Amino acid sequence: MARERIVIDPITRIEGHLRIELESEGGRIGNAWACATQFRGIERVLQGRDPRDAWAFAQRICGVCTGVHAIASVRAVEDAIKCKIPPCAELIRSLVSGMATLQDHVMHFYHLHALDWVDVMSALKADPAATSRLAASLSPWPNNSATWFREVQKRVADSAGGGLGIFAGGYWGHPAYRLPPEANLMALAHYLEALSWQREIIRLHTIFAGKNPHPNYLVGGMACSINLDNQIAINRVRLDEIAGMIDQARRFVLEVYYPDVLAIASFYPEYAAIGVSSPTLLATGESAYSCSGAPAGGVVPAGLVLDGDYGTPHPFDPKKIAEFISSAWYSQPEGDRQGLHPWQGRTEPNYTGPKPPFKELSDHPKYTWCKAPRYDGRAVQVGPNARIMVACAQGHAETVGLAGEGLARLGGGVAALNSTLGRTYCRALESVLLARRMDQWFAQLNERIRSGDVATFNPELWEPSSWPRQAQGTGFMEAARGTLSHWIEIENGRISRYQAVVPSTWNSSGRDPGGQMGPFEQALAGDGKHPLSDPKRPIEVLRTIHSFDPCESCAVHLLVPGGGGVEVKVQ
Amino acid sequence: MKDPVEGGWSRGETFEEFLSRRGVSRREFLTFCGRMAACFAAAAALPGGSHALAEEMAQKLSGARRPSVIYLQLQECTGCLESLLRSGSSPIDRLVLEQVSLDYNELLMAPSGSAAEEVLREAAAKPHLLLVNGSVPLGYDGACCTIGGDSAANILRRAAQKADAIMAVGACAEYGCVQAASPNLTGAVGVSDVITDRPVVNISGCPPIAETITATLTYYLAYGHPPPLDGMGRPLFAYGQRIHDKCPRRASFDAGQFAERFDDENARRGHCLYRLGCKGPATFAPCATLEWNLGQSFPIKAGHPCLGCTERHFYDRMTPFYRRLPGFVVPGLGVEATANTIGAAAVVASVGGVMVHSAATVIAKKRAKKAQPETLPLAVLGDKEKPEEEGDKRA
Repeated sequence: MARERIVIDPITRIEGHLRIELESEGGRIGNAWACATQFRGIERVLQGRDPRDAWAFAQRICGVCTGVHAIASVRAVEDAIKCKIPPCAELIRSLVSGMATLQDHVMHFYHLHALDWVDVMSALKADPAATSRLAASLSPWPNNSATWFREVQKRVADSAGGGLGIFAGGYWGHPAYRLPPEANLMALAHYLEALSWQREIIRLHTIFAGKNPHPNYLVGGMACSINLDNQIAINRVRLDEIAGMIDQARRFVLEVYYPDVLAIASFYPEYAAIGVSSPTLLATGESAYSCSGAPAGGVVPAGLVLDGDYGTPHPFDPKKIAEFISSAWYSQPEGDRQGLHPWQGRTEPNYTGPKPPFKELSDHPKYTWCKAPRYDGRAVQVGPNARIMVACAQGHAETVGLAGEGLARLGGGVAALNSTLGRTYCRALESVLLARRMDQWFAQLNERIRSGDVATFNPELWEPSSWPRQAQGTGFMEAARGTLSHWIEIENGRISRYQAVVPSTWNSSGRDPGGQMGPFEQALAGDGKHPLSDPKRPIEVLRTIHSFDPCESCAVHLLVPGGGGVEVKVQ
Repeated sequence: MKDPVEGGWSRGETFEEFLSRRGVSRREFLTFCGRMAACFAAAAALPGGSHALAEEMAQKLSGARRPSVIYLQLQECTGCLESLLRSGSSPIDRLVLEQVSLDYNELLMAPSGSAAEEVLREAAAKPHLLLVNGSVPLGYDGACCTIGGDSAANILRRAAQKADAIMAVGACAEYGCVQAASPNLTGAVGVSDVITDRPVVNISGCPPIAETITATLTYYLAYGHPPPLDGMGRPLFAYGQRIHDKCPRRASFDAGQFAERFDDENARRGHCLYRLGCKGPATFAPCATLEWNLGQSFPIKAGHPCLGCTERHFYDRMTPFYRRLPGFVVPGLGVEATANTIGAAAVVASVGGVMVHSAATVIAKKRAKKAQPETLPLAVLGDKEKPEEEGDKRA
């Protein structure tokens, strides 16, 4: 059987625009190219602006990971000008980014990933009473009644009569779907419940940061003031509301999301050995607890596991990051083979691909807008599985305990976390840990308020006149999708260089000059064993790509040329 | 959601199925269509007579489906669609299961690749409502945003051909937003720059409040035409008034009570954020009335100045974000002033307020006439040389 060329574009149920090109033979994938097909050039827009404004620009890199770029940005500025923020502001930032991660993980699973495992049409044949019994065996969630499952089934069936809408053209009935109808109905009901849940719990952002998506941040702290005796400030009413939202978030994670992931995973055990990707994984600190400057914050310190040795933790050295452009549509004076550290990048967009409409990209050496970051020459996975594996290697007891329980049920060792199923499972596992952390952060915030420490902003370094003439800073952040860092240079109160090294850049990068594939590509074509039974209905590919939770608007960015060559009119 | 009227036309069934469930036979249904057709034919003096029309009507009515919606995502960040998912007035599950048939949307749809493209081709060939997130990059032959190997511009043009209505959702779709900010490397423009021969409704904001998106859509569904618009193509129900006019901190603006820095005593008392750079006095948006996320709060209420994100080119025209809007007198008195002083200050402030009001109204009117944002006067948006210091001195 001859090798077949396959193009999957658009990859749907992701953020941004991603195209996958494949070679497949005999139901197995032989080669793969990940092509990010959107470029916006936001970092270039930032040059010459007021550094205090940068978060509002950088935040718009992504509206799904909303907030993570803003927090990395304000941290980079604070690192540059050496501004310490009050403890309450740090706790509020942790609560805001923690809630964003919980919402993001749950929505990724139900709304972006579940339809790869859950057959919606099969759910319509389920027995609601049997579904309720199944659900009761997994979780005490009170909504899992036969009445509710029957209503969901009727709603979706009624709806299908008037147009399938978002479910039209799905790969329903594909033999790769293996859940019984009752499990499908349970997951479909939770898909709908998660839609209601997410808009409730995210109001924590609205209280602390004004709105969501794109909540407000502030260099030097947070803009919300705490005043228990004022109607409009953060008072007891708001704190009570937040307590309720944290409770609601935790309960859904513990009683719906985590049990669902374990239950569904148990029907697809072979995916713990499918989608194995780069054996080097990086995390710069515990999820949601960000750190400025040196990436050392959080309960779990920054670190890596290298080359498939998942038991040995290694320290993280930011100097070992280099980005390559040999497969990406950019040019630089140093030529295509030279990797550059974020502080050295001098890159310009230089599209050399075919003029749209086009049929193929991978027959060109350059095929993506996504650059290829490497750590000490290695392609690196980042994200929930990287965080869990690094924490396990460091012996973080809480993580080791929970991961052990889950792995025992799924049947596998820590190495199984580097797989399609492993990435999906780690997202749920991390949500459980993070829900617990939210309680701790909120308790700490309340304790500070009780003791009269209510400051949320440090005004000392607000005015640019108080800054050094030249300054350089880095903000690290573990975003939902992995390690994020923003790098800023300030000159005379203006941004002279801005760079973001983003989770999906690590994960969806193309080949480097040595021919090493990026993590998406390795997961699909690293071992020649990845299944693809029907190229017209590439459900297996979607499972693996979605397990990374791609965010392609984040992935593509641009180094700013050094020396401030761009004239920007800002007033 | 249960149907409120027992035995009503469920959203899932066709019109003919509904009639059949209500005991109306197909013969009766066809007779009804024939009578209706005769009326229309007589009124319109159709040459083919009423028979052909009756058949056509029967066919159309019996096959009625939820209105088809194509929701494109072009060059953007997905924040607008994330916002839509937060709607409380038309929750997303009700919207997609009962109100419309969301036939194409890359974030939510099940299929990928060729199956997704096929769905788009089919939906675009039939009448549909077109919603667009994201800008259209015209530089690099359109290579800065391609889907299925084709450029955003081509995809938009094809999807627009048979669209009954076009809604540009969010600042990117309206004019290009952050990627169109200087220096606009990719040549990003808005939907109405590409689709120039059709009306485009602009739902402004970065992103817009969820309910403004869903209510614009349901307005179409309920009344069959777009809501009344302002000169920028924005629905009046959402963009007819400035944030400043409905702001919960407005009373302290009028009384001359301002936060001088973040989290100072005045900020903690909930006073006006004007001096921290608030763009509320120059921003037409429903934030203060609808509020965000199920009416929970909005930026100014939560302590951060408005960035002016519903105004065109706010990344170039409203920045630096923390510089106060210039151009009018501010009393500059703390809240501890004597009652007399406060009284005097309030008068001055209200004069200042009137000035802002009229200035903003003039701007709005000029925009309506020209609809060319680049050429607009920017007096209240910061183009003058440091006028705010002068204002402070006068006070």
